[in-house]
Amino acid sequence: MKLAYYPGCTLKTTGKSFETSALESAKVLGLELVEPSRWNCCGTVHSLVKDDVMHHLAPIRNLLRIEQMQASGRIDEKRVVTLCAMCYNTLKRSNNVFNNNSDLARKVGENFENETSNYSGGVTVEHLLETIRSLGWSLVKDKVKKPLAGLKVAPYYGCLLLRPRGIGIDDADNPHVMEDLLTALGADVVNFPFKLKCCGSYHTVEMKEVVADLSHRILKQAEEAGAEIVATACPLCEFNLGDRQILVQKKYATFKSIPVVYFTQLTALAFGLEQATSFDENKPDPKPLLKDKGLIKGDLK
Amino acid sequence: MNEGKMVTIYVMGKKQIVPADLTIMKAIEYAGYQFKRGAGCRGGFCGACASVYRKRGSYKLQGALACQKIVEDGMIITQIPFSPNEKKTYNINELKADASTFLEYYPEITRCLACNTCTKSCPQDIMVMDYVQAAIRGDIALTAKLSFDCIGCGLCAMRCPAEIVPFNIGQLARRLESKYVEGPTEHVLKRCEEVKEGKFDSEISELMIMDKKILTNKYNNRELRIK
Amino acid sequence: MSYSNEGLILRFSAENMAFRERVKELSGEKIELCFQCGACSSGCPMTEEMDYLPSKVIRMAQIGIKEALNTKTIWVCTTCFNCEVRCPRGIDIANVMEALRQLVLRTKHDNFNLDELSPEELKTLPQVAILSNQRKLSA
Repeated sequence: MKLAYYPGCTLKTTGKSFETSALESAKVLGLELVEPSRWNCCGTVHSLVKDDVMHHLAPIRNLLRIEQMQASGRIDEKRVVTLCAMCYNTLKRSNNVFNNNSDLARKVGENFENETSNYSGGVTVEHLLETIRSLGWSLVKDKVKKPLAGLKVAPYYGCLLLRPRGIGIDDADNPHVMEDLLTALGADVVNFPFKLKCCGSYHTVEMKEVVADLSHRILKQAEEAGAEIVATACPLCEFNLGDRQILVQKKYATFKSIPVVYFTQLTALAFGLEQATSFDENKPDPKPLLKDKGLIKGDLK
Repeated sequence: MNEGKMVTIYVMGKKQIVPADLTIMKAIEYAGYQFKRGAGCRGGFCGACASVYRKRGSYKLQGALACQKIVEDGMIITQIPFSPNEKKTYNINELKADASTFLEYYPEITRCLACNTCTKSCPQDIMVMDYVQAAIRGDIALTAKLSFDCIGCGLCAMRCPAEIVPFNIGQLARRLESKYVEGPTEHVLKRCEEVKEGKFDSEISELMIMDKKILTNKYNNRELRIK
Repeated sequence: MSYSNEGLILRFSAENMAFRERVKELSGEKIELCFQCGACSSGCPMTEEMDYLPSKVIRMAQIGIKEALNTKTIWVCTTCFNCEVRCPRGIDIANVMEALRQLVLRTKHDNFNLDELSPEELKTLPQVAILSNQRKLSA
């Protein structure tokens, strides 16, 4: 099945491991994720004020590209799969605003005068977790070559994957899609309440000490619940919970570092696609833990 | 032919009747103005004569090069001789050919709204938004390719609502492309070696003391195409 | 707005009403429905950095107190929508925060200027962090 795939700018730069592991894992499940030849930054976070048109141009322009892809036969249906939770949220919400506000739709159309076609509003935006869920967990189980046995994984959802209500891919109070995936991959799932708590998001730019505090709270609780590794679905969460652990350790002397990876890296690992896991790019390094568990052999490069 | 046909244009608000087949630049000079700034090569290559105009009866704001664009009836024109921008100082030898370089020197690139205003303003018909977005993605080769015709006129930078200066992005990308992606060209390197080895030393010494008539003759009869 | 000595009596002026209406218009939220239960504040991850709790800022907007625009709260919000999920009256508090931010940003005021970032920070920050920061905190 050929579906459109919207990367988002960060997956082409600091989040490359997310993309690599996702595309290869998707292939195993029979999904060919096709990137548009022309796309632009989605402009996350979604603009929340009611009179804004300009900030919706970027996401809707991408949805137009998806429609054009379908019209030219590069993909089968007008569906676009995203990996980054922030891109997912922005594209989906702007799509909804476009479809529910004819005045905005008209203004967007006027601004698209250089485009060869107009957006009709007919694209469905989904997150890869939803796509996999719709294929069924038994298919996932079938494809597992190396069950993540004995690996205690804490799924971390963050905010924009589940909220606001109606946009989220699962129940905002009690989601379980990531747990289901990790269970199908053979891992030991560690549930912890702060899996829904915000990591501090963009405040990592100007208030990184606060992000260190939030990350500490989240990771400490995950560790206390028994987690050995955290799985996330957003490159900003991965940075705030992962890379920022250097700040956390400076502030909290007793903090024990814990690796943070993308759920697709674990999926690739379970599917036997070691070369697509890109564990070299994660900070802190998950390889010692994974080697300990007998899940990877040695250095992957 | 447009012989004798005149059109009305407005130069900074003042009405002028000018021949219809003149460029904006020539028309402004015809009207008696002298360009102290905002004129350069007069050949569409230096980007000094960036102009902005509207036509009477239309809301559309358009960008053009004064030395290239022929006047049209009802044009209301002004020049933008300089577009404020700061070209960051960098050492090309220390840079990496990926997106992080743009984030480091021009972090405002992340503010791009994909509104396409830059593309609409460009007098060279460049897909400016596309090359800015390519830079955001770290696709240096595409940024360089799409921005190739940019002459740095500054119209895109003046109109960008995110306050980005696209032509600085394009320039950095082209430099990174040529140094790191394309790499040095073989024949240039070879020639530099030959020069260092002194292959051309005697020829040059000869030329430097040559009689002017013989030199002129040699020049006029030089081989124009290397086989 | 006038206060009386016998306890607090709030008299709405036209200016207060206008501010409240503007916030409602920009956010699209029925802020009059808020009955100050505090559920939004209890779920907010950033309350320790705030000067006023989210529920208090909504209260300010409700009665048209323009000081809402001067709070640290509106800038510290991370747009995580935890408040939206918890509000029993269906108000999206994050939308109200955004409306308040926009009312300030639209007066040529940036809350965070990229010029303040050091080259080291620019080298390590993921793009999505810088761009979402600018979306919410700059004009």
